[in-house]
Amino acid sequence: MKYDVIVVGGGVIGCAILRELSKYNLKIALLEKEEDVCSGTSKANSAIIHAGYDAENGTLKARFNVEGCKLTKQLAKDLDFTYINNGSFVVCFDETDMPGLENLYERGIKNGVEGLEIISGEKARELEPNLSKNVYAALYAKSAGIVCPFEMTIAFGENAIANGAEIFLNTKVEKIIKNDEGYLINDKYQTRCIVNAAGLYGDFIHNLVCEEKIELSARKGDYCLFDKEVGSLVKHTIFQLPNKFGKGVLVAPTAHGNMLIGPSATDILDKEATATTQKDLNMIIEKSRLSVECIPMNKVITSFSGLRARPSGNDFIIKEAADNFFDAVGIESPGLSSAPAIGVYLSEMIANKLNARKKDNFINTRKGINKLNKMDKETRAKLIKENPLYGNIICRCEEISEGEIVDAIHRPIPATSLDAIKRRVRAGMGRCQGGFCSPKVMEIIARELNKPLQEVTKNNSASLLVYGRLGEEE
Amino acid sequence: MKYDVVIIGGGPAGLAAAISVKKQGIDNILIIERDDKLGGILNQCIHNGFGLHTFKEELTGPEYAQRYVDKVLELDIPYILNSMVVDISADKKVTYVSKQDGLNTIEAKAVILAMGCRERPRGALNIPGYRPAGIYSAGTAQRLMNIEGYKVGHEVVILGSGDIGLIMARRMTLEGAKVKCVAELMPYSGGLKRNIVQCLNDYNIPLLLSHTVVDIKGKNRVESITLAKVDENRKPIPGTEKEYKCDTLLLSVGLLPENELSKLADVQLSRVTSGPLVNDNFETNIEGIFACGNVLHVHDLVDYVSSEAELAGYYAAKYILDKKEHHKYLNIDVKDGVRYTVPSKIDVDNMEDRIVVRFRVDNEYRNKSIAVLKNDEELKVIKKRVLAPGEMEQIFLNKNELHDAKTLTICLKEAQ
Repeated sequence: MKYDVIVVGGGVIGCAILRELSKYNLKIALLEKEEDVCSGTSKANSAIIHAGYDAENGTLKARFNVEGCKLTKQLAKDLDFTYINNGSFVVCFDETDMPGLENLYERGIKNGVEGLEIISGEKARELEPNLSKNVYAALYAKSAGIVCPFEMTIAFGENAIANGAEIFLNTKVEKIIKNDEGYLINDKYQTRCIVNAAGLYGDFIHNLVCEEKIELSARKGDYCLFDKEVGSLVKHTIFQLPNKFGKGVLVAPTAHGNMLIGPSATDILDKEATATTQKDLNMIIEKSRLSVECIPMNKVITSFSGLRARPSGNDFIIKEAADNFFDAVGIESPGLSSAPAIGVYLSEMIANKLNARKKDNFINTRKGINKLNKMDKETRAKLIKENPLYGNIICRCEEISEGEIVDAIHRPIPATSLDAIKRRVRAGMGRCQGGFCSPKVMEIIARELNKPLQEVTKNNSASLLVYGRLGEEE
Repeated sequence: MKYDVVIIGGGPAGLAAAISVKKQGIDNILIIERDDKLGGILNQCIHNGFGLHTFKEELTGPEYAQRYVDKVLELDIPYILNSMVVDISADKKVTYVSKQDGLNTIEAKAVILAMGCRERPRGALNIPGYRPAGIYSAGTAQRLMNIEGYKVGHEVVILGSGDIGLIMARRMTLEGAKVKCVAELMPYSGGLKRNIVQCLNDYNIPLLLSHTVVDIKGKNRVESITLAKVDENRKPIPGTEKEYKCDTLLLSVGLLPENELSKLADVQLSRVTSGPLVNDNFETNIEGIFACGNVLHVHDLVDYVSSEAELAGYYAAKYILDKKEHHKYLNIDVKDGVRYTVPSKIDVDNMEDRIVVRFRVDNEYRNKSIAVLKNDEELKVIKKRVLAPGEMEQIFLNKNELHDAKTLTICLKEAQ
């Protein structure tokens, strides 16, 4: 199989790049080692579109974050993913913290962030009544937002497919050979050009090709997710100003109406070690209560952790690292916010290198899976009439119908596991965490993909859910 | 469409309530059930032990349910299946979704809430560790085994000694799995004594009281569970950790009445039971909305669900036939070991001659008495050898005892 560009890694960065590349007359593909896109760092993070005051002026982080924050608004409309421009606060607790807050404000202005303002604690509490009485002042960033990172990543991928890109799942890159025509991956995929968007394993992919080696380490962040019942405890994303006691944690609503607290920041050696720890969970609970005292721990529905790829330097690594081999690695925070801008930047760079022209028939929009519980009564009733499966509720907590699950299974990037379904339509994402719907979702997956139930997995092929029929040999 | 009584849920509570409504002469009834058959969770409870009180015989869950289903069919009570109620308003408009009817709103003069309960998930406990396949709430595993017919695991640790967990310990053992232990956070079991004996002791499955899960290992499927002893504040004691190799963790850590719909109708809930607060007619704060079964408070035996639902149905019918206004309530206060009561208040003027009050205690007690205090003086005292949180208690109150009551309190006291 011959391609002009192959993107390695189906996270939000890889998918954003793939989508931007699909605007050009190029034959492109993406290789993802897991059974679905959005299976690494992109699936477990704060889901924040940062305004862009955090990164040092002049860095790639600063540039792509501010650009990405602007791009996301329009992209959410074009590609039909959930995004809310809720605004963010960076709160501080003491007068002596003011220089820090002002510093952040200045940096934001230099980075080109619009709609920044320092407000008093009283004003902050007016806007956000559940904020702690100890909040002294806040940096208010009106441009910040929250997003569904799953929908966003999948939307990029699906739109790229609609524009001719291919995505190969369950395809781990283990071997890259340089040849006259470019690179041969896994003795199978010939390409002129490679984009390395392999997340935590970006160093491994880079080092397969480049003389100068790099190393990425993993930093783990634990989070707690809360019931929608308390989803409106805060409306803005509440960060804490880093101070002598540490970096602080955020309290934020999610794009789907839950509440999120976290993350911790623990450096770990094992890049697969996505286990939460009591220590980290306790830390985020304790710290989140500095911002919002009434964090209701009896309303936690799940906790999870995500790993960020830490480069040795302080900035993203985005460049042509070898001839026609482009790195987009070391994408820690604000990676999600920067993804759209990184996509534009790299795709232009590659198109120039390959002398590619923009297509005139690029499809700029993509329609997501129907969300019946968000529709008005008439539309919903009409859709159920057209497809009765939309009338069969499978996930009671999130009110997700069989029709939506069947849709997810047959989309351009097919959802074939419980987690893949959950990321797309939220079945199992609610307060009972799949206790009620998972047997039913398993059945639907088995039926639609025409395979035995015991082959339906939680995510990858080793995550077996059941071991065959009772009374039968395995 | 307009109905006299709409019953949300076709499990044991909904069925018994519907039969009772019908027996009062009301025909315009509808049972709305979300599953593809009537009977509710009983359909997956294939063990026996149901119906000892109601039918004086030991039935399996499906057999018990069938007795009520048969009655519903015999009385020609209308029901719809595969229909999920998504909204109830305070003026008793019920909206449901189904393949056949789409999104449909119906009106009811009275609504009986009989939605049952759900299991607390892992997340509610904030157990640290990985999030692999192989972690199931006991009821989900029960469904996968008994309804779908699949093997859920080979080596199992169970957290929580709720009844479903105990039942599943036996069930999985009978299907060839090795249940290594049942760990319980509290110093006592949350399940029925008879289930401890018949499901654990008979199969030599250890019950580790005052233990909890402190770590889950396994990236894809569960590989091991680490348990630790907890102190009197239920905090793990460092140094007591022990790792158990297993591929499955079952959770039986509590049931929660499922009242999302009730909230939409502005029904007031108890902070103790998470179920609606009801009067002696099982009527909620919203006139004409009644509640019974596990949506009201989690029961230990289905027999009590049925008898309670029968009463709720009777009162819902009475509400339609001869509406009585409730003006004055006598609250039932609780203290000293009694967590809550159902009902939580009584309209003494309009009450039946004799009513049953059900409740649970907050700890294991030996040789205590249940005391009913009227105007702070003892009205009655019932001696109890053993009281446990896993078992529901009940007492009877007579109308003629209460006419001069200003306060009424149920509590525990030392037995004389």
